[in-house]
Amino acid sequence: MSETRRITLIVNGEHREAETPVRQHLADFLRGTLGLTGTHVGCEHGVCGACTVLVDGHAVRACLMLAVQAAGHEVTTVEGLSLADGTLHPLQQAFCDHHGLQCGFCTPGMLTTLVEFLAEHPAPSEEEVRLAISGNICRCTGYDSIVAAALAAARALRGDAA
Amino acid sequence: MNAGRLVGRDVARVEDAALIRGRGRFVDDIAPAGLVHVAFLRSPHAHARILRIDVAVARALPGVHAVLLLDDLRPHLTDTRLVVALPSPSYRLDLHRPVLAETEVVHVGEALAVVIAESRYLAEDALALIEVEYEPLPAVADCDNALAPDAPPAHSWASSNLAAEMTVAYGDVEAVFAATPHRFAETLHIHRGGSHSMECRGVVALHDVVEDRLTVWSSTQTPHTAKRLICDLLGMDETRLRVVTPDLGGGFGPKLIFYPEEVVVALAARLLGRPVKWIEDRQEHFVSTTQERDQTWRVELATDAEGHILGVRGDLVHDHGAWTARGVNVPQGAVAAMPLAYVVPAFRMTIRAAVTNKVPVTPVRGAGQPQGVFAMERLLDRAARELGLDRAEIRRRNLVSAEHMPYATPLKTRGGIPVTLDSGDYPRCQQMALDEIGWAGFAERQRVALAEGRYIGIGVANYVEGTGRGPFEHVSVRVEPSGRIMVATGAAAMGQSTRTMLAQIVAEQLGANMANVEVITGDTAAAPIGIGGSNSRQAVLAGSSAHVAALKVREKVLAIAGEMLEVAMGDLEIEDKVVRVKGAPGHSVTLASIARAAAGQPGFVIPGGRGPGLAASEEVVIDAMAYANGTAAAEVEVDIETGAVTITRLVFSHDCGRALHPRIVDGQLMGGIAHGIGNALYEHMRFDDQAQPISTTLADYLLVTATEMPPVRILHMHSPTPLNPLGIKGVGEAGVIPIPAAIAAAVEDALSPFDAHVCRVPLSPVDVIAMIDPVPEGSA
Repeated sequence: MSETRRITLIVNGEHREAETPVRQHLADFLRGTLGLTGTHVGCEHGVCGACTVLVDGHAVRACLMLAVQAAGHEVTTVEGLSLADGTLHPLQQAFCDHHGLQCGFCTPGMLTTLVEFLAEHPAPSEEEVRLAISGNICRCTGYDSIVAAALAAARALRGDAA
Repeated sequence: MNAGRLVGRDVARVEDAALIRGRGRFVDDIAPAGLVHVAFLRSPHAHARILRIDVAVARALPGVHAVLLLDDLRPHLTDTRLVVALPSPSYRLDLHRPVLAETEVVHVGEALAVVIAESRYLAEDALALIEVEYEPLPAVADCDNALAPDAPPAHSWASSNLAAEMTVAYGDVEAVFAATPHRFAETLHIHRGGSHSMECRGVVALHDVVEDRLTVWSSTQTPHTAKRLICDLLGMDETRLRVVTPDLGGGFGPKLIFYPEEVVVALAARLLGRPVKWIEDRQEHFVSTTQERDQTWRVELATDAEGHILGVRGDLVHDHGAWTARGVNVPQGAVAAMPLAYVVPAFRMTIRAAVTNKVPVTPVRGAGQPQGVFAMERLLDRAARELGLDRAEIRRRNLVSAEHMPYATPLKTRGGIPVTLDSGDYPRCQQMALDEIGWAGFAERQRVALAEGRYIGIGVANYVEGTGRGPFEHVSVRVEPSGRIMVATGAAAMGQSTRTMLAQIVAEQLGANMANVEVITGDTAAAPIGIGGSNSRQAVLAGSSAHVAALKVREKVLAIAGEMLEVAMGDLEIEDKVVRVKGAPGHSVTLASIARAAAGQPGFVIPGGRGPGLAASEEVVIDAMAYANGTAAAEVEVDIETGAVTITRLVFSHDCGRALHPRIVDGQLMGGIAHGIGNALYEHMRFDDQAQPISTTLADYLLVTATEMPPVRILHMHSPTPLNPLGIKGVGEAGVIPIPAAIAAAVEDALSPFDAHVCRVPLSPVDVIAMIDPVPEGSA
């Protein structure tokens, strides 16, 4: 049961190599093994979306994927969204500007989900944004501020005036 | 009251910088070197005798450090029970829950053993190796049945399942009901589920063997209470224990409770000499974190022919759960909320709290008030229908009016403090909501829709909420020699922007630079006393203490600066980190140098004549609650084929006094509204007839997502309360309170062609179809 494997992968642009129990899921690997605690675990059954990370650019529930399955892939977590100089990703900035976070626990999963969505849908409607985050549960905000932030970020990413 | 430089404005939150980058520090992010992990063995039975527990195989598993039962913990505990009940003369049974179950388990999820291992994975492996022999006992699954004479006892030793009973009454209720023919009775089944903060609970304990000091990080809304209880249970000197609330991923009520896991983890860290962590998973959250649940209300309203309320009477049966983890405050709060918005001359409600073999019930955001409001509003809708009155009009005739304020009701709070509605204009607040949603024109819209085969309905509900429960919250404000302003409080932040709120209030008086203010919340090492987060209280109590403390520090700053600059205090202003002469900004002295002067030099007189140090500590005492109010109006469309309810519009008008940060107020309300929609239509913690929980995943227990949210319009009134210096009322729970009542009324209205009668929430599609087609096809 405690069989382990050594895996290599790219996390937030950095080459990482680590030993992991084969049964450890990716969220526990990122948090416990690599110390990237920005990815949060909310349900461990794939419903709440808090643990969402990007694997090769696609939003993935890190609680439903084993760490060994990420070997050889590129993982982006919330820690990897802002620029090296600390400048926030336009989506992060929009969340701050629109009160898109309260307790901040669902926020990393919301951000990663929306990063992929906005890359594929640069000019979404409000309804499309709501559908995009319908697999991410937030208990604090009632979602309107998150939707507003996503729409503002879409405008910023397109280069439109806010 | 006008906005200040910071207070009353939408300033940037101080919490965001870390959280948005994934650099928060939640309890599961704390990982001291040498950490070991805990898993609890939990009962699979709702009620059973424990005949035998064999942990030998589990203990032998490599990587397992300890497997502990209550017997192993007992020598290190002063008591094996958590005595946490709020005072009340109403208790009929002592139901203090054990640290671990030993001879009998009384709900699914009750912990009876703890495993400590190198990893959580290994700890869970070991759980599977513990052998327990249970003798199942009859389970009490329903609060109404629990009180039947032939009901089995939920605890084998108990003579009955009556946990508590009390009556809330005033006026001559019997005479009122005897004298009027206009009496309206309802039996209502009201269910609320759990809080489901996205972060479950967790505890990390670190024992420093050098100094014999224990630090406990817990996802608690009440760190000072947790400290007192751990000190009591472990027989520890207070100086040796620090309890810290780190970032919380939401609280919403159940995190204010003290739990067995907190003392077990603290003790395990001392016994093992290793840091110990327990993180609750979601499945555990469903069966071990307290929740709200079922209430049955048998209630009756008496009015005159014009719909003026003459009296309310009835009884409430409340599902208490298996233990008293807090008290009778949920049903008490429910009954207290029932009449509050209206002039109710006579009132009598009997409360019976029934023991069931389920997780203990304690407050969830709203704390019973949504249920009390639901009961009152359902009665008013019924009376309006039978008297031929408009549903808004019957409310208008009975709402406490602005001319009544302050309105001394005959009610008292749980602490015996008179309930006096302090301020507000309830009829105007209702009218705002009605105007915004187009109440007056709805009948025509409904007629047109019905002609098209669409079933739309509208509903309205009012609430008055007691906020800011006293007596105090501690806040200290100190200007350090660096010129930085340190604020520390017993208030615990759980995501409601508490640090922003305090930084705003303090910076308002001390230079208006929030970046120069550091706020420490929920740390017993930083605040000597504190009450913590509950009852929409922290802005009111901690905010008031922060305001008064900041004013005192400001006065001292100006006195010292005046002496240093040789000008009158009144000629000075504080800007950022300096105090300067108005109109002569070059003539200034820094906060840092003032703090250093106040710190004193051996043999020299401290300037300013106000003693040493540049700090103030405050516990502003406010016993009376500040009463906020509001109105929800909802429009729905019901699909009569599927039973699906779509909320097409929702208007929320409210009055929380002065708003310290309008956008945070909106955020608090929106979160509450979403929670209320869940309570109205989706969230149902289900158990079978053996009290086995059957909705223990987020795929079964449905939380509202972005696609269920209707267009929401929030309207504000601002009637500052005279009860605190900032004129504020709490707003953390308001959003949830009237929503189930308003939506239920709208659904009933939409289904009026079917004579539907809504007497329960949540309303699932199955419930809706049952109202449309009471006798399913084929069953006749």
